[in-house]
Amino acid sequence: MKSYKSDVVVIGAGAAGMAAAIEVKKAKLEVLIIERDQELGGITLQCIHNGFGLKEFQEELTGPEYAQRFINQVYEMKIPFLLETMVIEITKDRKIYAVNNKEGLIEVNAKSIILAMGCREKTRGAINIPGFRPAGIYTAGQAQRFVNIEGYLPGNTYVILGSGDIGMIMARRLTWEGCKVKAVVEILPYVSGLIRNQVQCLEDYEIPLITNYTVTKIHGKDRVKGVTISKVDRNFDRIIGSDKFFECDTLLLSVGLIPENELTLQAGAELSKNGGPLIDNNLETTIEGIFACGNVLQVHDLVDLVSAEAKRAGENAVSYVKERYGKETKRKGKIECIPGENVNYVKPDIINKEDLSKDIIFTLRVNFPDRRVLIQLKDEENNIIYNRKKVYVIPSEMIELNINLEKNGINPEFKSLTIEVIPRPEVLIEED
Amino acid sequence: MSESSQSVVRVIRCIVCPTGCEIQAKKDLTGKITFEGYTCNRGLEYAEQEFYEPKRILTTTMRVENGFLPLIPVRCDKPILKDKLKDVLNEIAKAKVKAPIKMGDILIKDVIGSGANIIASRDLPNL
Repeated sequence: MKSYKSDVVVIGAGAAGMAAAIEVKKAKLEVLIIERDQELGGITLQCIHNGFGLKEFQEELTGPEYAQRFINQVYEMKIPFLLETMVIEITKDRKIYAVNNKEGLIEVNAKSIILAMGCREKTRGAINIPGFRPAGIYTAGQAQRFVNIEGYLPGNTYVILGSGDIGMIMARRLTWEGCKVKAVVEILPYVSGLIRNQVQCLEDYEIPLITNYTVTKIHGKDRVKGVTISKVDRNFDRIIGSDKFFECDTLLLSVGLIPENELTLQAGAELSKNGGPLIDNNLETTIEGIFACGNVLQVHDLVDLVSAEAKRAGENAVSYVKERYGKETKRKGKIECIPGENVNYVKPDIINKEDLSKDIIFTLRVNFPDRRVLIQLKDEENNIIYNRKKVYVIPSEMIELNINLEKNGINPEFKSLTIEVIPRPEVLIEED
Repeated sequence: MSESSQSVVRVIRCIVCPTGCEIQAKKDLTGKITFEGYTCNRGLEYAEQEFYEPKRILTTTMRVENGFLPLIPVRCDKPILKDKLKDVLNEIAKAKVKAPIKMGDILIKDVIGSGANIIASRDLPNL
C-alpha cells in the first residue's frame, strides 16, 4: 500500500477545499487535496448561472468562473492534489484511507484534516413520496449535472417539487433548452429560494409556483407519466379533495440539502442539530485536529461565505499544527451555544473559554420568516449580552454575526448562551 | 392629484435585496409614469430599468469539439434585452467550438448584433 504524508490533508476540492488548502499553503505548511471527481472545482462547475463572487471578488461571476479562479490559484501555488481518489475511511489519529484506479488503496498520514466534502441532495426516499418507482425522477442537482456538464436532457415535460434556488434555476435552464416546466410545487406557504430567482426564473417564463402543495402520487410504471399534487394543511397533512393532476415525464426534486456526514461519523466526530458536525469557534470537530468547513458543516446559500469559512478552517488547521499538534494543551472549558426562539441552528456549537477575547463568527438560520426582529444573545441569567436589529429574516438566508463576547461583557463562569430571533417590541406612536 | 387619476400599469417585484418590495408603476392621465413602493434608490433604478428596458444576463452551454467535456458553460459579457434572449439562445445552439478553450475567450462576437459577446466561463482542455 502506497503511503503519503502531509501536515494538512483537505478532503474535497470544491469551493471550500480549495480555499482551505490555499490558506494552508500560504502559511508554508505541506497540504494535500484529495478529490473524488476527475477535476478540481466541485459543485460550482455545474452551477453555470451568475450571482457568485460578489463578496469574494466584488464582481458577479458564474459558478465555473468562480471555481476557475480558485483552480488557477491551486495550480499557481503548486498545491498537490489527487483526483479520482475516493476517501473511504478517516481514523481518530488522522490516518486517511483512500482508493483510486492507479494506486489502489492508499494511506495518508496527516497532522490535521480539513473536511470539505460538501453536501448531498435529499432524495425521494428522504421525503417518502408514495407510488411506483419509474424512470424519470431526479434530484435537481443531478439534472443540472446532466444538462450543464454531460449534455443530456433528462426529459421533456417537468414538474419540480421544491422552490429552492436550484429548483427554480433548473426550471429556467430547462425552459431555455426547449423543455416544458409545468409547475414548481412548494409545500411551504412561501417560496424557499431568493426572490430574484422567483422573478427571473419563474415569472419571466410564466411557470406557475404552487405553494402549500406537495406531490402525493407519482404515476407511471416504467416511466413517469404524471404526478398528483395535493394541498396540505398547517401540519403538512394532505387535504382530501384538493388533488390536481399534472402530466409530465420527469419529476425533479429540490427539497433540501444535507451535509455529507459519512466520513465525519466514521472518524468518530459528533454531529449537531443542523445535521453537520458539532464544532467549536475554531471550526474544529470533537476530534482533535479535524476541522470542517463549507457545506459539509452547514449548508450555505452563498459560495462566497463558503470560501470565507474555509479560509478560517485553513488558518485554524495551521495554528493547530504549529501550536497544539503533539502537545498536551490545557483547555479552560466551554460555553455551549443554544438555539432559542425562531433559531433553527447556530454555529459554532461550542465556544472555547480561552477564545472569549477573540471576535467570533456566529452563523444561524431562522425557522420561519419574520419582519422587524431583534437577534439577541442571552446568558444563563437571561442578561442580554448582544442584540442587533434586522428588517427581514427568512430561513433561506443564513445570518452571520461577528461578536466579541468579552467586550460585550460575558461572564466567563457561565456554561451556555442562547441565541434568539424575536419580534421587535413595537414603539407606540402617540397621535396628536 | 387624486388617486383615481392614476392607474397601476404594472407591479414590479424588486430583486435588489431579500426584502422584495412591490413597486407599482403608475400612469396618470397625461401618460406620465411614476413609481411607488420602493424603499431605496437602487430599488427605483431597478424598477425603471425593468419597466422600460428589461435586460438579463444569459448563461448557457455551447457544444465543444474534441474537448475534455462535451459542453462548455458560457455567458454574455453584457446584459441582453429580455425579449432577445430566445434569439441568442438559438444562435448559441447552432454553434460549436473547438477545445482547448480559456476562460474569457470570446466564442461569439456581438451575438445577433446585441453588442454583447458570448464568452467562455471556464478553461476546457482538449481530450
